[in-house]
Amino acid sequence: MSINLVKDFMSALVSKGTREDNRGLFDYRDIQIEVNPLERACGSAKVTIGDTQVLVGVKMDVGEPFPDTPEEGILMVNAELSPLASPDFESGPPKFNSIELARVVDRGIRESHCIDTSKLCIKPKEKVWMVFVDIYPLNASGNLLDAAAIGAIVALQNAVFPVYDEAEEKVKYKEFTKEKLPIERTPVMATFAKINGTIFLDPSYREEEVMDARISITTTEKGLLAAMQKGGKGTFTFDEVAMLVDKAFEIGDNTRKLV
Amino acid sequence: MEEKIYTKDREIVIPGDLLAEGMDFLPAGKAFRESDKIYASTIGLVSIKGRVIKVIPLAGRYMPKVGDVIIGKVTGIGFSGWQVDIDSPYNADLNIGEASQGYIDLGKTDMSKFFDIGDYLLGEIISITESKFVKLTAKNRPYRRLRGGNVIQVSPSKIPRIIGKQGSMINTLKKNSDCDVIVGQNGLVWIKGTPEKEAVVAQAIKLIETESHKSGLTDRIKTMLEKIKSAQPSEPAKEEVKEGGQ
Amino acid sequence: MGGGIGAPEHLIVNGKRLDGRKLDEIRPLKIMAGVIKNADGSCQLEFGKTKIVATVYGPREALPKHISRPDRAVITCDYTMASFSTPERGRPGPNRRSSEISNLIADSLAPAIMLQKYPRTMINVYITVTNANAGTRCAAITAAAVALADAGIEMRDLVTSLAAGKIENHLALDLFEVEDNFGDADVPIAVMPRTEEVTLLQMDGRLTPEEFKTILKMLRKQVHEIYKVQKQALISKYKQEKSEEEVEQ
Repeated sequence: MSINLVKDFMSALVSKGTREDNRGLFDYRDIQIEVNPLERACGSAKVTIGDTQVLVGVKMDVGEPFPDTPEEGILMVNAELSPLASPDFESGPPKFNSIELARVVDRGIRESHCIDTSKLCIKPKEKVWMVFVDIYPLNASGNLLDAAAIGAIVALQNAVFPVYDEAEEKVKYKEFTKEKLPIERTPVMATFAKINGTIFLDPSYREEEVMDARISITTTEKGLLAAMQKGGKGTFTFDEVAMLVDKAFEIGDNTRKLV
Repeated sequence: MEEKIYTKDREIVIPGDLLAEGMDFLPAGKAFRESDKIYASTIGLVSIKGRVIKVIPLAGRYMPKVGDVIIGKVTGIGFSGWQVDIDSPYNADLNIGEASQGYIDLGKTDMSKFFDIGDYLLGEIISITESKFVKLTAKNRPYRRLRGGNVIQVSPSKIPRIIGKQGSMINTLKKNSDCDVIVGQNGLVWIKGTPEKEAVVAQAIKLIETESHKSGLTDRIKTMLEKIKSAQPSEPAKEEVKEGGQ
Repeated sequence: MGGGIGAPEHLIVNGKRLDGRKLDEIRPLKIMAGVIKNADGSCQLEFGKTKIVATVYGPREALPKHISRPDRAVITCDYTMASFSTPERGRPGPNRRSSEISNLIADSLAPAIMLQKYPRTMINVYITVTNANAGTRCAAITAAAVALADAGIEMRDLVTSLAAGKIENHLALDLFEVEDNFGDADVPIAVMPRTEEVTLLQMDGRLTPEEFKTILKMLRKQVHEIYKVQKQALISKYKQEKSEEEVEQ
């Protein structure tokens, strides 16, 4: 098997504690957040991390609850990896699975009890609010996960209920109230990648192409771990995982200041 | 019949822009004639030399040309050659006969000893068919497999800037960085030194790509490369030896 | 079209439309080229509240192999509306309307592209509507043309697109959402401005031949104004290049 020239280069760089764009191992690229850019969404955010650009929109509707949670609202997170955002999304095995992206972001929100779903009940067993979080990457240039997760929490924090006509039992999709979603916690995700033994935060496009493995860790304020996901064909040691959990809180607290 | 030029040198034009009228004018580059008028076919810079109205493209993927020196990545091994990705709408083929000077027994030779999947190579385009099938050679010096170093991609339309007038910019890059730098016409650039130096040179090249219009660029490049001077010297670039002889 | 639940009482009040425009006025148009770095060409467009992102990838190897033409490029288009682009959330994924529009867009752009310069390749146009407020297909075509030029793909001309229609017995340019829902007719058109060749034409509603011809006249004139915005977007992205004359020694 051939030696991967670019991987060797990256590996050598990060093992010396530096990266192609001069970042430190645990620095993010520049993060920019635009709040509510979308007119028709209940809440929305456009997040850029370096060159990665993600649009997240929250839409709400009323429907039947799940039978095992008759008095709780429903959260659904979806991601659309359109080939618009990357030459890699068209043909061949996808570099990043849209389902995994959605589910990892979902887990962070759901498991942290970010939204108090008990406050989303309109009529037990019959009508509850459904909260849809739709993630649309516009430019996939490394670490879609963190960009999507930041976008999701910002969109949710800024989301307002649409008007619900109780008499007609219909949602007025074009009219919004001033009532915000009941948000209890602020989960944020930190994604790390590993190349030949060196671990670093926020992989760029090129770093992602050659990384051995990644791990995403979602934390909330007050030191709660909400979700974790390891991906890629490489491995992490137990010590590395423990170290990264600590790092994730440190980084998460900083990210929380932005959202 | 009217003979008129509707544009001027160094003007930026977009597809469909009327440049000139009259049969005496000659379209060149990304300019085309429709009846007696000449139009631009891509976004580009006008260059007028005598009766030749040329549009130099400012964007576009690399379209292979015979004689171009390119850097490519091997993506496939066939019975008698390799498929090479040259970051173009068209892949290129390297036949075994163009890969080595010596005789190769196809029955006994492991092709991957010459070029394996994922290897980068420096080569030259030797022929292109009407349907744009592209053939390469990598047989003679300086063409070879590229080992180690860093490879980056830049827009092909910026390559002249990175090379500079009579190679001035690329020489500045090499001299001030103590790195070997090879520029492919297809937009790939290979840098060889130590990883830290390679990273700085890559940043310098990206700067040329994005800020070539600003003045004082050469000085800024030199300042960027200053950082390298204090670091360790690179190993001298080894003379590449071909497997199987020479 | 016309009347129905939720219809406003009037679409035109005191000579002005419900969003304050005159009959022959188009919405504010903002175009930016080169916004998506991964793409070979891209464009972000806002036409009133309608927002579109268009990207172009290519020319690149035509896949799957059976779509490849030995003597020219094939152009494909994928038009989608983001779930949050409409008042009621749309289910992600293609539907019949987006399939039809995808094909229409590809056909509207093809005549402008020098496809024979790129044998065996495909040119993929991807369009996502991030906010829908009528006129989405016209906005999509206008954006896609800019993205194609941004990609440096050889073209004879740009393609410019706009719609006009009839609201309350008046002919008006560029209907917005309410007018589109409750008006009497809508005519989207796409044109190559240099030769004024029509590359897309649709019509639905009720119009007399005279009304239709008047609409054509209105559109024929107004597309050139939109073309100016397209051109400006491209030139301002690349105008930096102009000052790079001699490379410093």
